[in-house]
Amino acid sequence: MGKILDKIKLGKVLVSDGAWGTFLQQKGLKTGECPEEWNITHPDEVLDIARSYIEAGADMVETNSFGGTRFKLEKYGLEDKVFELNKAAAEISRKAAGDKFVLGSVGPTGKILMMGDVTEEELFEAFKEQAKGLESGGADAIMIETMSDLDEARIAIQAAKQHTRLEVFCTMTFEKTVTGEFRSMMGVSPTEMVQTLVGAGAELIGANCGNGMVGMVAIVEEIRKANAEIPILVHANAGMPVYSDGETVFPEKPDEMATLVPKIIKAGANVIGGCCGTTPEHICKVRDAIDKS
Amino acid sequence: MSELLSNIAECIEFGKINKVAPFPPQMKGQDGADELTRQALDEGISAQRILTEGLMVGMEKVGIKFRENKVFVPQVLMSAKAMSTAMIHLKPFFLSGEVKEKGTFIIGTVEGDLHDIGKNLVSMMVEGNGWKVVDLGTDVKAEQFVSAIKEHQNAFVGLSALLTTTMVSMEKITKAIKEAIPEAKVAVGGAPVTDDFRKKIGADVYSPDPQGLVEYLNAQVA
Repeated sequence: MGKILDKIKLGKVLVSDGAWGTFLQQKGLKTGECPEEWNITHPDEVLDIARSYIEAGADMVETNSFGGTRFKLEKYGLEDKVFELNKAAAEISRKAAGDKFVLGSVGPTGKILMMGDVTEEELFEAFKEQAKGLESGGADAIMIETMSDLDEARIAIQAAKQHTRLEVFCTMTFEKTVTGEFRSMMGVSPTEMVQTLVGAGAELIGANCGNGMVGMVAIVEEIRKANAEIPILVHANAGMPVYSDGETVFPEKPDEMATLVPKIIKAGANVIGGCCGTTPEHICKVRDAIDKS
Repeated sequence: MSELLSNIAECIEFGKINKVAPFPPQMKGQDGADELTRQALDEGISAQRILTEGLMVGMEKVGIKFRENKVFVPQVLMSAKAMSTAMIHLKPFFLSGEVKEKGTFIIGTVEGDLHDIGKNLVSMMVEGNGWKVVDLGTDVKAEQFVSAIKEHQNAFVGLSALLTTTMVSMEKITKAIKEAIPEAKVAVGGAPVTDDFRKKIGADVYSPDPQGLVEYLNAQVA
């Protein structure tokens, strides 16, 4: 089984998976329940999600471990289960993936370094602990995602690079400002992101979440302009959520997302997948669009 | 004397906490909000003037720049830190009643949502504009909001959510508050929230940025 980067070097555009959080809720995860705990309490449901993305044609599937650092798990009193829950997350996705790849998901801690909420060392330890759990469960890569602070992203990359043998990827989340540029919540532009993440050792970078595939095209163009070589991944939301009758609906339909595939490839993307609100159907259509292009 | 107040405003606007603080680089080695507030009091400027003509002026500027995306979360956090450092010197004047808060604002992240960055940001901006803030934390249930409003008469209340999935809690809590205290004014905010959503759930105000909420609150007591 070759590594993800080897496949990208062959000039292939790869397909990643779609949403996890919104999918778990459909399966009955209640608000206030810890998603990562389901890796132990509801492994079959989690497996079913991973499997449905592989069946939809994804080349890689993430793990149910987005909030798997001790800083997130401690809100549920599960800070002593970091290794166990992350290992289980990777094992489940590994089982579903077969000869496809597993991306061990790592999300932000919710702590702000510059406010003195945590020290760099504490962050490093937390990311290290999570990454090791994901590696032992069989992940092929560490997928650090939804980052908004450059320092936190850098520390997560360094922890994963130094303490696992896995490929390390990192995406940040950008929103369009009133002046039309893209910036993360902490004010980082895609261009500013490139140097720090690549410098820290990320082997693939990109953007996730956001407001839909259209915005992603412009973000990928900006990243590609700043670095001609680095592989780029996008995990795009199915648009901006709309609230109706007690539930949130993501407006971007599978076909709409798929029609933007040629554009995002042209902009420079190497791996295309979804984030909040995307379903196996979205991934299936993205797969078709890539195969046709 | 007014120069001192405008220097204090500048420290808040740019997040200069005190003399030793390295941020922002262009103000390195200069006195910060800490030293200048002390100095102003020592020179006999009233706490009320320091608050309204110094601190709040700076806070308003950073709020407007944040709304216009000219600064981002880190700068606002530094401004808030500078503000709270200065407020330590003014605390006795609040306690004695010489300086009065404009009113009380109760805030919390709704049930099921554990995110607090947005909530804290709003909380600091409202406080920095002369309001007393009662922060109920995250994962706050309807009953907790209701009992806090009963405890703090005429308080305004703000509901925060980051997750699209907890917008449902926002609706539930707004309805519970309105049922228990029909005259209570409920503000909603957070990444997934829109004004259309606010209308649907029957809340009173939505702002995409903290400054909009501050302006709404100030207008209610003007």
